Amino acid sequence: MGRVVLVTGVSGEFAARVSRSLAEQPGIERVVGIDTRPPFGDLGGVKFVRADIRTPVVGKVIAVEDIDAVVHLDVNPSEQSRGRSGAKERNVIGTMQVLAAAQRSSTVRKFVLGSSTAVYGTSPRDPALFTESDNARDGVRVGFPKDAVEVESYVRAFSRRRPEVTLTTLRLAQVLHPAIPSPLRNYLTNPLLPSALGFDPRLQFLHIDDAINVFNESVLRDRWGTFNVAGWGVLLLSQVARRLGKPTIPLPPVGFAAASRRVIRMMGGEISPDLHRVLTYGRAIDITALREIFGYEPKYSTEETFEEFRAAVRPGPLSVLGLNA
Amino acid sequence: MTDERRTIGTAGAAGRGNRSTPPSTAARALAGDRSVPKKPVKKAKPQPPAQGESKAAQSASAQSASAQPKSAQSKSTQSKSTQSKSAGRPAAKSTRQLGGAASKRPRSTSSQRTRSLAGERQGPPRLRAVTEADAAAAAAAAALDSESSKSSLIPGGIPLDEIVVAVVQAAQRVLGADWEGRLAAFVAALRRRLSGEFEVDEFGFDSQITEVLSAAVEPLAERWFRLEVRGVENIPAEGGALLVANHSGTVPIDALVTSYAVHRYSGRNLRPLGADLVFALPFVGQVARKVGATLACAADAERLLTTGELAGVWPEGFKGIGKPYSERYKLQRFGRGGFVSSAMRAGVPIIPVSIVGAEEIYPLVGNVPSLARLLGLPYLPITPFFPLLGPLGMIPLPSKWIIEFGEPIRTDAYEPDAADDPMLLFNVTDQVRETIQQTLYKLLVDRGNAFF
Repeated sequence: MGRVVLVTGVSGEFAARVSRSLAEQPGIERVVGIDTRPPFGDLGGVKFVRADIRTPVVGKVIAVEDIDAVVHLDVNPSEQSRGRSGAKERNVIGTMQVLAAAQRSSTVRKFVLGSSTAVYGTSPRDPALFTESDNARDGVRVGFPKDAVEVESYVRAFSRRRPEVTLTTLRLAQVLHPAIPSPLRNYLTNPLLPSALGFDPRLQFLHIDDAINVFNESVLRDRWGTFNVAGWGVLLLSQVARRLGKPTIPLPPVGFAAASRRVIRMMGGEISPDLHRVLTYGRAIDITALREIFGYEPKYSTEETFEEFRAAVRPGPLSVLGLNA
Repeated sequence: MTDERRTIGTAGAAGRGNRSTPPSTAARALAGDRSVPKKPVKKAKPQPPAQGESKAAQSASAQSASAQPKSAQSKSTQSKSTQSKSAGRPAAKSTRQLGGAASKRPRSTSSQRTRSLAGERQGPPRLRAVTEADAAAAAAAAALDSESSKSSLIPGGIPLDEIVVAVVQAAQRVLGADWEGRLAAFVAALRRRLSGEFEVDEFGFDSQITEVLSAAVEPLAERWFRLEVRGVENIPAEGGALLVANHSGTVPIDALVTSYAVHRYSGRNLRPLGADLVFALPFVGQVARKVGATLACAADAERLLTTGELAGVWPEGFKGIGKPYSERYKLQRFGRGGFVSSAMRAGVPIIPVSIVGAEEIYPLVGNVPSLARLLGLPYLPITPFFPLLGPLGMIPLPSKWIIEFGEPIRTDAYEPDAADDPMLLFNVTDQVRETIQQTLYKLLVDRGNAFF
């Protein structure tokens, strides 16, 4: 039996890649992509439907296309161009509509949520590595982390109402790839990197190939539960900056959010409004459950992911010193 | 003038300088530099007289240069008058001999000059060669010295070669005999750090930083606190263990010194478990992560212990370090016993650690709770010297320290579900606490006076 998969937010670069890869899988009959914007690039074998998931239209799409698996990837941090309130609408209200439609549908048998490690928040009281059963200590009261926590709680409520639907929640670390926008990628492409004085956060990255593979596995096989997905190991921000050859600008930790935004705007860039906490305290997750319960061994460590990224981007101003030879 | 400058100052102390002589010039004069006029060399002896004429040469050399031709001529006339019967050939011969002597004379003086130069160089002590191993470097420096002229003087008046020699000597002093290799290794390590090519583990532990910091703590622990370590053999050579210690001293220097002691005497790295305040403070939190500290929570403790690391915990927490001086060496409540359950789940032994000496480094005599609350701190200490003396008051008092690592308390003999039995946890907690308390009393007796 072939599967019909619905992918939300398919015009985003990451979701587009995931859906293209899903469409190529032999066990999948058809992939339907839905978004409010037309896709920028080629979606391959994905059937694109232009619709807004914040409206009940999504229910009709599910009914018409006989969807039996929903991959919800429209939970993303706000891009400055679309505004914070718009992001919250899409993340929370969009998820509620998709879940309502899936609950009504008699065909949906699987729900895969592309969540984020932002649900763990960021604070000095964090354990060194978050496991799936840990709750956020702090840093989930505003912005995208708050959205992510709410989205996950709605999905859990859906799962209680429809226990026969296989629910897979994937908490992804930030994907680091030159072509895929993510808060850390946007930050690291700046020529100078503002950092919080006296803090050296631990960062984790996820390779795009590993992310795609994990979504394919989740759709093709039944993997109940919540799983952290990241490259193993950590890199310190100081390591990242030095390897990129980019000088850091230490700013006082009090008022770091505003100061870093100002510095980055002066350089003509944008910083995600929730990134400053990660850049102060860092965050790292434990992927033991992904390896042992989900059964997927990531191909790239955080460091290998970063090195691939570094090879693809323009070297920073300090690389003329030749220390990285 | 030279003698006057040589005895520098009224006391004649070397290198002091007087009104007309800058100290650097005076020091160089003492060290025997050529740029300052030398007194004539007395010991320079002429060649042994091979012939009769060499006497004339000797006398000539003793005289001034202007007198030399005249005396030679007079001598030649004398010899001519005595010897000449047939005036032609002997006279010619004698003049030829004399000419030979005259031609020899400048040579002898030049050899004297070179010898006097050599004597100059060898004679006064220059204190170049520190050890025999440095002889090669010293010879190279000397070669450089002889080549360099006064044009290599930098504006400060110190010759460039002196600076080079000083740098070489400094490198030898600091890095030892094979300084070149070690310097190269150091530069390579520095380069790896600057290019970010170093490794940290998932906790952010950086072994290179830890080595450097351990070396920095060594003088504080060994010289200032005169640390004595007992029972190092109780630290397992491999595998996990939980070190449980008493906490004191207003500022958690005891954690720093215990980490140093474990690293220095057992060769393993202690991974301290710290309060969340540590990781909220700038710089402190960053350094704590790099030396391997992590948050004192069950998840992190078990993660460290199950991977075979040595974790260190100070269960008294702020109650321990923030207690008044009058209550020194009285153990506070040992948290809620979470450390015992972590050790039981991981099946690793608990090693009680008793630290004597940390109580006296900052005697806490007062507290400003209102200001502490305002700053978000657990307490704001007042010691006899802080804030009275300002930054000076932050120097810890030099108390004598003893750290004793006690006998391990095994936890692997308990049932698997023992970690969920609160009564057992309380009992083991009390056992650890009593062990440390009794050891503290014993160590206090052994130590005697806290400072001398």
